[in-house]
Amino acid sequence: MTALGALIRRDIRIALRVGGGALIGVLFFLTVVVLMPFAIGPDLALLTRLGPAILWLGALLASLLTLDRLFMADHEDGSLDLIVMGRVPLELACAAKALAHWLAAGLPLIVATPVLGLLLNLDMSATGAVALTLLAGTPALTFTGMIGAALAVTLRRGGLLLAVLVLPLSIPVLIFGVAACEAAISGPSSFGAPFSILCALSLVSLVVGPFAAAASLRHGLD
Amino acid sequence: MKIADLANPTRFLSLTARLLPYLVAGTTIVLLVGLYLSATAPDDYQQGATVKIMFIHVPNAWLSTFVWAVMSVAALGTLVWRHPLADVAAKTAAPIGASFTFLALVTGSLWGRPMWGTYWEWDARLTSVLILFLMYLGLMALWRAVEDPSRAARAAAVLTLVGALNLPIIKFSVDWWNTLHQPASVFRMGGPTLDRAFLIPLMVMAVGFTLLFITLHVAAMRNEILRRRVRALQMIQARASATELSAASPASQPA
Repeated sequence: MTALGALIRRDIRIALRVGGGALIGVLFFLTVVVLMPFAIGPDLALLTRLGPAILWLGALLASLLTLDRLFMADHEDGSLDLIVMGRVPLELACAAKALAHWLAAGLPLIVATPVLGLLLNLDMSATGAVALTLLAGTPALTFTGMIGAALAVTLRRGGLLLAVLVLPLSIPVLIFGVAACEAAISGPSSFGAPFSILCALSLVSLVVGPFAAAASLRHGLD
Repeated sequence: MKIADLANPTRFLSLTARLLPYLVAGTTIVLLVGLYLSATAPDDYQQGATVKIMFIHVPNAWLSTFVWAVMSVAALGTLVWRHPLADVAAKTAAPIGASFTFLALVTGSLWGRPMWGTYWEWDARLTSVLILFLMYLGLMALWRAVEDPSRAARAAAVLTLVGALNLPIIKFSVDWWNTLHQPASVFRMGGPTLDRAFLIPLMVMAVGFTLLFITLHVAAMRNEILRRRVRALQMIQARASATELSAASPASQPA
């Protein structure tokens, strides 16, 4: 088993444990989506109209919440220093960690989407559109969030600063994700254009994220 | 006298001490000339006198992206060339750039109310500039969150370079998307479409604001260097008094 494979397996296994990020992310997603109708009111037509936006917001906030776990736990027990000093290129190690984080914390959000779509009175095609755009967009959220997590790992109370740093980078993903959903559900505007840009954002973050995170880890941990 | 000589903080301080009065004078003169030209510029046939907000709004907007570009160069100086004053330059430029961005947003909003009927619109240009403003604030927070200035410099340098991806998006947002904000009329292929009566005051104000940024930046860099010296002296003093105390305490005196 290669070093990267071992790293991914380790991270997934840790995240899927009770204290790990996966369960908490889904619970937070559920909380956000459940609280929205209490705030907006029980008007079903309005909830259907707002449904994709609420699901996207919930997914974004849930992934933001679990992001500080990406490096913090490893930093606390010293394994982050081992990873930084190891033979695997740090960029690849960061990419592997982000991939594991997405598999453990991002995919459950997508699996939970149909259930939550029922709460928001979304029909099958709308829920499918939301799930598809989340599938394309959550890698972008994870990989750009990794940059903020790497910057904040050296701070003791870095949690809130992490959110401030990551948010401007996640806004375009949110904009195009919801635009693609709206286009798929109701609308003359094309689904392909915003969806392609969403995929492009994910692909760009797949490259930029690990390099930026590795640079901040190298410079920040000494 | 080469660029490399500026790397010495003491020499930088002495050089800028002599340079600063001229910078202040130059900035004041150019801004006053620019304001006079803006005030005497003709009214627009459609917008009337409100077009003159352009002479303040556009230079602020140009400078908001220009300052981030300057910070990106400083970030490269920190990460790649290890220039000693690069992190001082980056740290001091951030609040100035944030102020320019804020002023661009506010003056644009005030201009939008009579022109578009709304103070705000979520189109591509306004949204991307708002994101730039949030990134400035995040950068300033990151600078102050890390205790050690050199580690803060490296973290901030990475964030600055990542944020530099936003700059082309801002510039070309009005071309790529259908926006309420008007398309580029000055820096575009085919030359400016602005009439000379407006172009000249605009350029003078742009030069004036750039000089204002340079003056404020140089002054802020001087302050930051002096602030770091004060901090170093305070730490030396604290260490000295700590060793004095431990030397004077009964536990360390020979029995």
